[in-house]
Amino acid sequence: MTFTEFAPERLLAILPESLLFLLAVAMLTLDLVWKPSRRRILGWLAASGVTLILLATLAFGQPPADEPLVLGGMVRWDWLAFAFTILILFTAAVTCLISVNVEGVGNRGDYYGLLLISTMGMVLMASSADLIMLFLAIETTSIPLYVLAGFLKADDKSTESGLKYFLFGAVTTAVMLYGFSLIYGFTGETNLYLIADAMKAAGLSLLLVGGIAVLVLVGFSFKIAAVPFHFWAPDVYEGAPTPVTAYVSTASKVAGFAVLVRVMMLAFPSIDAFWAAILAAMAAATMTLGNVLAIAQSNIKRLLAYSSIAHAGYALIGLVALSVFGVASMMFYLLAYVVTNLAAFAVVILFARAAGSDEIKDYAGLSRRSPWLALVLLIAFLSLAGMPPFAGFVAKVFVFKAAVDSGLIWLAFVGVLNSIIGLYYYLIVLKVVYLYRSEDDHLPVQVPRPYAVALAACTLLILVVGIVSAPWLDWSIGAARSLF
Amino acid sequence: MIEDYLLSLILFTPILVGLLTLLIPRERVAAIRWFAFLGSLIPLALSIYMWLAYDPGQPGFQFQVQRDWYPAIGASYRLGVDGISVVLVLLATLLTPISILISWNIKDRVRTYMALFLLLETGMLGVFLTLDLVLFFLFWEIGLVPMYFLINQWGSEKGTREVGGREIPARNYASLKFLILTMAGSLGLLLAISLIGVVAGTFDIVEITRIWSALDQPLALLGVPIGVPIEVVKAVAFWAFVIAFAVKVPIWPFHTWLPDAHTEAPTAGSMILAGVLLKLGAYGFLRLVLPLYPAEARDFAWVLALLATISIVMGAFAAWGQQDFKRLVAYSSVNHMGFVVLGIAAAFFAAGTLSADDAVFAVNGAVLQMFNHGLSAAGMFLLVGVIYDRTHTRDLAAYGGLFSLAPIFGGILIFTSMASLGLPGLNGFVSEFLVVRGAWPIYTFYTVLSMLGLLVTGIYVLKGIRGTLHGPLNEKYADTPIEINRREIIAIAPLMVLMLSIGVWPSWIVKVFNETVMRLVGA
Amino acid sequence: MNFPILSVIVFTPVVAGVILLFFPQDRHDWIRWFALAAATLALLLSLVVFIGYDSAEGGYQFQERAEWIPALGISYFVGVDGMSAPMVLLTGIVIFTGVLISWRLDDRPREFFLFLFILATGVFGVFVSLDLFQLFFFYEIALFPMFLLIAIWGWKVTREYAAMKLTLYLFIGSVIALVGGLVMVFSSGLETFDMLQLQTAGFSTTFQRIWFPFVFFGFAVLAGIFPFHNWSPDGHVAAPTAVSMFHAGVLMKLGAFAALRVGIVLLPEGARFWAPLILVLASINVIYGAFIAMVQTDFKYVIGFSSVSHMGLVLLGFATLNRDGLTGAGLQMFSHGVMTALFFAVVGMVYDRTHTREIPRLGGISKVMPLATVAFIVGGLVSMGMPGLSGFVAEFPIFMGLWRTQPIIAIVVVISIVITAAYIMRIIGKVFFGAMPEEFEGQFGDVLVQDKVALVLLSALLVLIGVYPAVMAPMVASGAEAVLRALGVG
Repeated sequence: MTFTEFAPERLLAILPESLLFLLAVAMLTLDLVWKPSRRRILGWLAASGVTLILLATLAFGQPPADEPLVLGGMVRWDWLAFAFTILILFTAAVTCLISVNVEGVGNRGDYYGLLLISTMGMVLMASSADLIMLFLAIETTSIPLYVLAGFLKADDKSTESGLKYFLFGAVTTAVMLYGFSLIYGFTGETNLYLIADAMKAAGLSLLLVGGIAVLVLVGFSFKIAAVPFHFWAPDVYEGAPTPVTAYVSTASKVAGFAVLVRVMMLAFPSIDAFWAAILAAMAAATMTLGNVLAIAQSNIKRLLAYSSIAHAGYALIGLVALSVFGVASMMFYLLAYVVTNLAAFAVVILFARAAGSDEIKDYAGLSRRSPWLALVLLIAFLSLAGMPPFAGFVAKVFVFKAAVDSGLIWLAFVGVLNSIIGLYYYLIVLKVVYLYRSEDDHLPVQVPRPYAVALAACTLLILVVGIVSAPWLDWSIGAARSLF
Repeated sequence: MIEDYLLSLILFTPILVGLLTLLIPRERVAAIRWFAFLGSLIPLALSIYMWLAYDPGQPGFQFQVQRDWYPAIGASYRLGVDGISVVLVLLATLLTPISILISWNIKDRVRTYMALFLLLETGMLGVFLTLDLVLFFLFWEIGLVPMYFLINQWGSEKGTREVGGREIPARNYASLKFLILTMAGSLGLLLAISLIGVVAGTFDIVEITRIWSALDQPLALLGVPIGVPIEVVKAVAFWAFVIAFAVKVPIWPFHTWLPDAHTEAPTAGSMILAGVLLKLGAYGFLRLVLPLYPAEARDFAWVLALLATISIVMGAFAAWGQQDFKRLVAYSSVNHMGFVVLGIAAAFFAAGTLSADDAVFAVNGAVLQMFNHGLSAAGMFLLVGVIYDRTHTRDLAAYGGLFSLAPIFGGILIFTSMASLGLPGLNGFVSEFLVVRGAWPIYTFYTVLSMLGLLVTGIYVLKGIRGTLHGPLNEKYADTPIEINRREIIAIAPLMVLMLSIGVWPSWIVKVFNETVMRLVGA
Repeated sequence: MNFPILSVIVFTPVVAGVILLFFPQDRHDWIRWFALAAATLALLLSLVVFIGYDSAEGGYQFQERAEWIPALGISYFVGVDGMSAPMVLLTGIVIFTGVLISWRLDDRPREFFLFLFILATGVFGVFVSLDLFQLFFFYEIALFPMFLLIAIWGWKVTREYAAMKLTLYLFIGSVIALVGGLVMVFSSGLETFDMLQLQTAGFSTTFQRIWFPFVFFGFAVLAGIFPFHNWSPDGHVAAPTAVSMFHAGVLMKLGAFAALRVGIVLLPEGARFWAPLILVLASINVIYGAFIAMVQTDFKYVIGFSSVSHMGLVLLGFATLNRDGLTGAGLQMFSHGVMTALFFAVVGMVYDRTHTREIPRLGGISKVMPLATVAFIVGGLVSMGMPGLSGFVAEFPIFMGLWRTQPIIAIVVVISIVITAAYIMRIIGKVFFGAMPEEFEGQFGDVLVQDKVALVLLSALLVLIGVYPAVMAPMVASGAEAVLRALGVG
């Protein structure tokens, strides 16, 4: 691995980061400049801005064939990073859209500013090739998210949520940072692409390497809310403003997976069987615990929180397969999960606006109040449950196939049995939506335009990814190759 | 040319007429009746033609047809008749129009009634005509359905039976018992037929007759993984057939469905039931059991003979014990069919042996007895129906002295009763004599017992006549028109003519099947 | 053939369902007529396939193939053989009659038909799939609409419980089979989900014996194999009429069909090894189902358990692994599908009018609904294997097949015929011909014309196949031959 000289065109590697930063600054500025009444279009602006960034990244941000390390080895410009970047940007755009009409956040520039800064951090996480950069990226991501979670200062739950998120995040990040420091301490290297060789050269005992890996995993597991570092998720999800919840449960998780896969694959190949075994156990525990606990929930945001814990477990299956297809299936899974979860949260937001409640029992009569919204929820939940022709089905098949191909048949079985539990609680919600009646049957649920756009985009993607799966899988495979 | 389609025409004309009947508007009752009646004359005409065209001297089956039907299992649509089936087809096609004619008193859902009746005819004819085991089973079973509904829907409305603590209409009880018992009886038949199909690789009766009895390889070689010798399997299959047919005949102790079914059935239903349906079982013995299982038949013939004798004696005593006129006639069927089975049992034992000549007598007697019983039982039920129609009772004690009110009816009743009782000069005597003549050298003891049974036959027949016609006139009916009407006379006339002509000159009918019977028993 | 007829059949329902969503919610008549038009199209096209299939030539016909997910060797690959062509026709018939029967449904018919049509697409898709992934894809599409259809439009008392139970049972079965399928694909080393290629994979005997039960029983759950049959009567009872028809008529065959196509055909050695167990379980189905049906007092439960019993015959036929048995099973799938659709249609009509399904409380229906009565009788006779009707045509070869494998089973199972006769006749006697309770006198009239069309069509099919089996038997026999070739004995 050689470091190339600085070349201006290499700056395109951080094109999205730069643009996001500019957009965030613009948001903050407009918030100061504009009258509150005009701020309503901030969400539109942010969303279209992110969409433009996404398009620009697609057009100009494609990595060159040699997938170089740029910026002094801080950032890796490869297809893996590219793919994750696109996914995160898409999530950010949708999140902006579904924030527009949310009381207390939708018309505030600082909200969008924080969101975009966090997005920038995530994009960096996806491409970081150096421990220092990585840590910075994680903090850049996390700190705005802590704030966003507690954004509704008047709401005790939101405040509690922010604080809890912060405390958990700080502790786990500290543990992770300790791990980073050990790596540096033993090898003198911070570049991910050199660590593995350096460790070998330093003759570190596998036990020590394993210990370090565990420490690092703590931080990552927090980001993806894997058992046993999932405790924060339900409370934070419930308390945070719903768009933030949507964002934390999707983009933040995706970014977490991005670093997880890169760091573990690059830095610890010598003990991959070891950490894969840990992750496999975690995957099994995460799926099972997430799903089992989800059954008992009466609040839809908590239910989605536990379900998203479970989904992290499924995605981990792909990773522990330790194969190109495994990583690809993980990416595909994340894609399917993100578009689906965003759609679900969008419906939750809309329904909360109309009914003022996140309780599942209050969803009674939704199918009469708004058949289309009910249908979207149906599609989203069935996709989460892994039913064809929606994205979730193909995604699940792929991760299970990855597991089977790597001989992890037991894990595949744990996965499929879990998907049954999942189906159970998703169906319970759908039952309420379609079966029960409420006194408000005649009151339609309003769907403002930004939400319509977001829902249409997500629903379309759920179907397209689920039915025309080949291109998405091919891209995932392309991205996964970057690591092998 | 017509010979090629003759049997198919006979077989399907009834059901076709039945379906067409359904198209007549519900209210046009008279049109429905006449259409059904005239339609049912067509198969009669065709079967008379068949009877005339049939050449007794020619061996094998005549007027054969063969078409693909269910090639996947090797079953085909194959029809053909020999002497025995010609006679029985004739019987069935004769009794159907008569039964329809006697059904003028049916007022409720006439269309459906007629259609079921004609479907029933197709079912019966199919059994006599087919030469394929699967089709045989098909027609065998299919007759159950119309019969069930005829009893269940048009049976006598009075009477209840207590079942499991609940009162249910007697006709429901009787019809269900009839259906379940006969279906249960044919389960073995179903199994045996499918087993034969597997082992023989064909369902063609002629072909199976040729190879089956000679079969002696282990079954495993033939594709059935049973580790028992083929003899055992054959014995089991033999019993499956025997039980199925015995239930239908019925032979004691399988007869319990019969009195109930007869009693509750509408008049025409009883006529067909006694006249034709019972013959299906006996026909099965001759067509399938004897050719397929000669060895087993010989070994177990004594069982059959024993049961036949019990049927004769018990049937006669049971009939004697009845107060219900229709039940009395019903039990008389058990008694008379016993003679058929006795003849068959004798043939089972004697076929292919030195005493095969006796077997010829016995089987000729049995076949003729089938025909005769068809005539007399149908006639008796017809007459019981007539009197019930007028008096609305079947209790022998409730009639009394009706002769004076209905002399023609009385005459006919006495004539028919005498035929049934076996008075020389009428048909019953001829056939019973033949059976006894054939069975005597083979099963002397049973035959003696059966003859004693005949005495009781005389008693119960006379009991019936006395109860209805003689004794003091029951004043209740003094003003009731009891006399048989013209339609009913027309219906029973052909039966009486046949009774007399067979009694006086039996050979015109015996010669139709005599040679078939001789080939059958190997004389 | 250039016209992609199978694809058109598969996607007609779902496309129609989506179009329905754009109809005004309250124009129920438009919605119904449009649904009927779509169902008619599907029926006609499946009839074309049925008639156009060349039994003499055999094999998979009307094939279409397109790359789907080439990276994994997944393709969109459809075709029908002698086993699946009748199933496609059956689905067409049931969807057509199901729409007719649902004419009186007034609660959100748009959504109802949408879900029903999604279900139909799933079912069609499975029957024509020649790609394993595609098969699972459509299989699960066929599952989830059931939940909503039952939960929303079902019988109020048990619908939630039954819908959930049904969905979970079936989903468990299908995902377990899915893992089996994935293992097969991986172990074959062929990098393809193409079932025709997988057939040549030459799995080791041990492998087949280990994985066969996962695949076979996973699917057989949907066929209601004992002891996994429990969901089925509950589901039948709770479902609205058209869904019961679909469920018992087609869905259960879906399970059996998939168990055959994926389990037996791809893992023949495993099938041979496990056949004795399947024989035993299936005969328990047959006998136990019939006995339980006999003691039910709920009209619909009787039919529900009779389905369990009859599906046992299908599985028995499969487990014989010989030509007769497989042919019989194939015919039984069709025959039972039509018969049970007919049953549930009639039960639904009776329930719609009397609002009770308690047999002791019913009576005298024949006076008001003569055609429905006749239809039910025809169905009843079919179910007791009366010769001359399709049930006999199907059961007879199964018995022949059993003689060639396990004669004892044949002898035991035959008893079910009498039990069936007993409970069917009891229903006919009480519900249709018994005395009509006073509360019903003059309360309701005859069935609709649409209902009559459906009933006549279904009954006519049962009679047609029974009277002239050659319309279907050679086709199914050719399908059975193909299975035998996979088993290496054909």
